[in-house]
Amino acid sequence: MSENRPILTASDISIVFGGLRAVSDLNMELTKGELVGLIGPNGAGKTTVFNMLSGVYTPTSGQITYTDKKNRIHIVNKMSPAQLNKIGIARTFQNIRLFGNLTVADNVRIAMHAQRKANPLHILFRTPKFRKDEEMMTNQVRSLLKLFGLSEKENELAKNLPYGEQRKLEICRALASQPQILLLDEPAAGMNPQETKELMELISFIRKEFHLTILLIEHDMKLVMGICERLYVLNYGRVLASGKPEEIQQNPEVIKAYLGAEAAGVK
Amino acid sequence: MENIHTHNRQTRNTLILTGIAAFAIFVPFLLIRANLINAYTAYVITLAGINAIMAISVNVVSGITGQLTLGQCAFEAVGAYMTMILAQDAGIPLPLAMIIAPLVAAFLGFLIGFPTLKLEGDYLAIVTLAFGEIIRVVLVNLKGITGGPNGKSFKFSFLRDSLDWGPSLSYLVIIGALVLIIVFLQNFLRSSYGRAIMAVREDEIAANSNGVSVFKYKMIGFIAGAFIGGIGGALYAPFIGLIKPELASFNNSINALIFVVLGGMGSITGSVIAAFVLTYMQEFLRFMQNYRLLLYPVILILVMLFRPQGLLGMKELSFIKCWDGIPGLIKKIKSKKLAKVESTKGGDK
Repeated sequence: MSENRPILTASDISIVFGGLRAVSDLNMELTKGELVGLIGPNGAGKTTVFNMLSGVYTPTSGQITYTDKKNRIHIVNKMSPAQLNKIGIARTFQNIRLFGNLTVADNVRIAMHAQRKANPLHILFRTPKFRKDEEMMTNQVRSLLKLFGLSEKENELAKNLPYGEQRKLEICRALASQPQILLLDEPAAGMNPQETKELMELISFIRKEFHLTILLIEHDMKLVMGICERLYVLNYGRVLASGKPEEIQQNPEVIKAYLGAEAAGVK
Repeated sequence: MENIHTHNRQTRNTLILTGIAAFAIFVPFLLIRANLINAYTAYVITLAGINAIMAISVNVVSGITGQLTLGQCAFEAVGAYMTMILAQDAGIPLPLAMIIAPLVAAFLGFLIGFPTLKLEGDYLAIVTLAFGEIIRVVLVNLKGITGGPNGKSFKFSFLRDSLDWGPSLSYLVIIGALVLIIVFLQNFLRSSYGRAIMAVREDEIAANSNGVSVFKYKMIGFIAGAFIGGIGGALYAPFIGLIKPELASFNNSINALIFVVLGGMGSITGSVIAAFVLTYMQEFLRFMQNYRLLLYPVILILVMLFRPQGLLGMKELSFIKCWDGIPGLIKKIKSKKLAKVESTKGGDK
């Protein structure tokens, strides 16, 4: 298996809302197993890029290609989020979007819907096939929740979880669909330094455990510089710079637009 | 070891539920048959059963799938008229007609759901509202087939056929159908499909990003609702024996919606309970004549003030938990009695 094979490639993608060109001619490439950061000032278009990569928005022009687990190449510009999820791209949201009135376990189970083997007839009559399906899902949900330290909350409603655990549950749910690529939109937003540190360790752990390629948006520079192998800096909808964290820290344009002079020293 | 345990529990729970369902169907049936429950009460209970089916139909669309529907009784009317046309004019056997009619209703649900549910927002409310009116107007004007505004009488009527069997038979058929609907619906909702539909209700964007095709599951929910509504109509026709276009009216649909709002959006048991209580109350309060209509809004206002999520909210009444609670309750009562006896004994001394 070649390590440098690109798994997701965005070439010259742009999106226009009314008269506003939110993202223009963006090029991005993720190779298998990478952990890439996407940074930039507020309003730079980071989440818009995420929404295009995950199918929520369709780019006005340009092309996104994705190579799935079986090495088939898909052109994914016009695919819906649900279709993208099925071929292996999962995401979380900046403002948490859980299924609030459902239990923690059910939240995760929903993401495993595509792995069902029972058809509606099995379900209506509760045949052994249905029970086997449910058992498989329950086991998988339990092991995932255990990984995130949410085992004891299994039967609680998602909306009653504390904020930090809601964030964790969202990542947990994204993992349940067995993705290849995980897009994390500000996973550490609103967390204290201790929680952020734990979360980062968790992210590096799941990346190895599940052989994931991760793209994350984050504002916490310490964290981004600490774990990301490569960074893209976005400003006014364009890629301002890209490269290794050390290079980015020294890049005068990035310092001017985003990091600020004092951040250049952060290691 | 644990496997055997869960297996035993499953069998036990199934037995409890089957027992309760059989009790709800057969005990009143025998009582009605033996004339211990009079024909009028039997009529009211059975009508409540149909109302409960309609309430479930609305609940599947509005409470479970999260799409507001204001014309669900149009599907009831389609089910009722189709049953009548098929059995009376086309000469198809009644039971078969009662199976085909809900399928026609479900097909109409597909037709109006297909363009509407692709949109986000409350468009379904407007479209179903219009659909109800269209059905009503069509039924009024197709005099040759439907009998026009005065309705048409159906030659098969459980009540008219024989006063001896009629009330008990209609109870058996209608409450039996209600129980079957509840069982199948619960099986469906507590499965991967049911969870997918509820995910769409909770958050469309998140559901979509987690592999749940929003449009498809909205359609499944809406068509299931239309089908159940059709069953309600198919049962209504041979029960009442006279069908009027008013069945499809806005008022009727709103009535069904009220059951759901009172019982709790998303709670099947809640809407069934609300349907039974409100239908019975309407009959019970007949001595108040038209003033009883005033009571409805008062109840609605009170519920909205003190329990805005409805009687049961999104929860379901669990028969198994009730059953498990019985031994504890008996113990409690016994210990209370004992305490009372002891305290009186103490008083004697």
